Amino acid sequence: MTDTRIDRRMAALKEEGRPALVTYFMGGDPDYETSLSIMKALPKAGSDVIELGMPFSDPMADGPAIQAAGLRALKAGQTLKKTLAMAADFRREDDETPIVLMGYYNPIYIYGVERFLTDAKASGIDGLIVVDLPPEMDAELCVPALKAGINFIRLATPTTDDKRLPKVLENTSGFVYYVSMLGITGSALPDTTKVAGAVARIKGHTDLPVCVGFGVKTAEQARAIGASADGVVVGTAIVNAVANVLGPKGDKTADPAEAVATLVSGLAQGVRSARLAKAS
Amino acid sequence: MNSPVAPNSFRTGPDHEGMFGIFGGRFVAETLMPLILDLEREWNAAKVDPEFQAELKSLSTHYAGRPSKLYFAEGLTRHLGGARIFFKREDLNHTGSHKINNCLGQILLARRMGKTRIIAETGAGQHGVASATVAARFNLPCVVYMGATDVERQKPNVFRMKLLGAEVNPVSAGHGTLKDAMNEALRDWVTNVEDTYYLIGTAAGPHPYPELVREFQSVIGIEARAQMLEQEGRLPDVVIAAVGGGSNAIGIFHPFLDDPDVKIVGVEAGGHGLSGDEHCASMSAGRPGVLHGNRTYLLQDEDGQIKDGHSISAGLDYPGVGPEHSWLRDTGRVEYVPIMDDEAMEAFQLCTKTEGIIPALESAHAIAQAMKIAPQMRKDETIIVNLSGRGDKDVHTVATMMGMEI
Repeated sequence: MTDTRIDRRMAALKEEGRPALVTYFMGGDPDYETSLSIMKALPKAGSDVIELGMPFSDPMADGPAIQAAGLRALKAGQTLKKTLAMAADFRREDDETPIVLMGYYNPIYIYGVERFLTDAKASGIDGLIVVDLPPEMDAELCVPALKAGINFIRLATPTTDDKRLPKVLENTSGFVYYVSMLGITGSALPDTTKVAGAVARIKGHTDLPVCVGFGVKTAEQARAIGASADGVVVGTAIVNAVANVLGPKGDKTADPAEAVATLVSGLAQGVRSARLAKAS
Repeated sequence: MNSPVAPNSFRTGPDHEGMFGIFGGRFVAETLMPLILDLEREWNAAKVDPEFQAELKSLSTHYAGRPSKLYFAEGLTRHLGGARIFFKREDLNHTGSHKINNCLGQILLARRMGKTRIIAETGAGQHGVASATVAARFNLPCVVYMGATDVERQKPNVFRMKLLGAEVNPVSAGHGTLKDAMNEALRDWVTNVEDTYYLIGTAAGPHPYPELVREFQSVIGIEARAQMLEQEGRLPDVVIAAVGGGSNAIGIFHPFLDDPDVKIVGVEAGGHGLSGDEHCASMSAGRPGVLHGNRTYLLQDEDGQIKDGHSISAGLDYPGVGPEHSWLRDTGRVEYVPIMDDEAMEAFQLCTKTEGIIPALESAHAIAQAMKIAPQMRKDETIIVNLSGRGDKDVHTVATMMGMEI
């Protein structure tokens, strides 16, 4: 397939000699307009790749923070159609920052795979992460997505052993998302040495960039993980930054976009000093 | 819906990808995939291992009390004045329902795989109790996830699980019912995948669960078919079972699927009626989607968000159904019909009064369907109703519905 914004961004960062900061936020949380302002704030604060969360009623691989964010978004009327519209709105101002949609399969299946891929492409989507589609189900969405010129980014986990890795990597493109631990999003980050070992193991099987997520919350952790990984994914901490400025009735006690920007600026400094840390 | 061509046999599924037509599959996170492949390997070895089968048979006989009786419900038959009704008495099993059949099979698989911790989800608590029971029997720690609403309406079962040494974790997400319990069990599994066996209670979830649960529950239909032939000298005209996730139903249906003269009816929870959202009739009012590891009929909105549904019966309160049922629906081999809360309540009371048997509210849905069709049938025709469980757990719910305090 042709180069995507993800491929170009990852290549540029490799040139620059630093890992990517990949930021996840929930589309439509706490409402469409606020969420769009958060999305626009992300690249300005130093995010290199945006993961746009598609809310789902039953997010089996997510911890309490992202579960709650998804429910807030659904309650505010977010749909897959609106999430795609949000990406298109963002694209009017930014044609460079890669956008990866992340979520679960059922809303896409119900939307219709072909129609979804056409609309996603038209909205400026570059990649997909669909948690409940392992390589065994590649015919569903992965293969059609690759044909449509959209990266399908696969999760590799600590249970993906060397025997299975080739199968997981077979149709993966853009980057490999290494899930740092056994568990759900937002759990505690494991020993960074172990993560570095796992990243090295995956790199032995592929030339694709390897980004690490699940459990990275602070600039210090981003720096430590970024010393070995090609990218650091932060999600729950961003979703929490939004939740923290929401009052009990959903009223805003501060600007969510500003709260997210402050957090992301710190994380961006973390990844920018990652390779320096490794060198020293 | 699309109606596939009728196959030569309805009993050969799933295929090697775990599919029943377009239904089933393995829609799970990568973390779980290696384990699911291990489970499939272990299951394929176990099902042809005479030692495994002998151990299961021995436990079924001496621990669970199989075979369960096929009982002629004379009082109910006389009251309805039509076809002769037989109950397959799964309520007489140890722990009071069909759930023990599956739990015994799966705990032996868990031991074969060297797993040291059991987790389970439960709706009515029958599967939770059966899981806690086999975990106690084999001295393994057990954690049961149960919706907070269900914890409230099934208190006796919660206490039973605790007595059996299980940890019961109430889940307050969503409506606090079976769907939410299953989400939380999956989150536990993904976190503790190395030592933990997920003992799924119904014939749903990622392949190979729908197949292995069906195989462990098929003992119901195999016995019922032989008992009917022995007692009546012929096959039944109709077989009826309630369908939540659908494990008792697939268990009694499967051995009859290639008997074309046997009409098979699955009963879904119609709740307050199919026009609104207050029901759990996924095959009557839902459409195919992907949830909890498989593609199947689901109650969902036009954006693919899963609805919560409602049933008076906690065991039927699930917005999906096992994938094989979805396939049997689309092929037309099995007819699926809804029964409303009030019809199930009436059947619960009638069965109790005419037979001296207090049925589970789940089973009462199946009895209600028999009440509808028996009077229209000839007196020499026969119906088997799968009496999947006993109703002692439901007396609080029924009392509340009747406006009584106990």
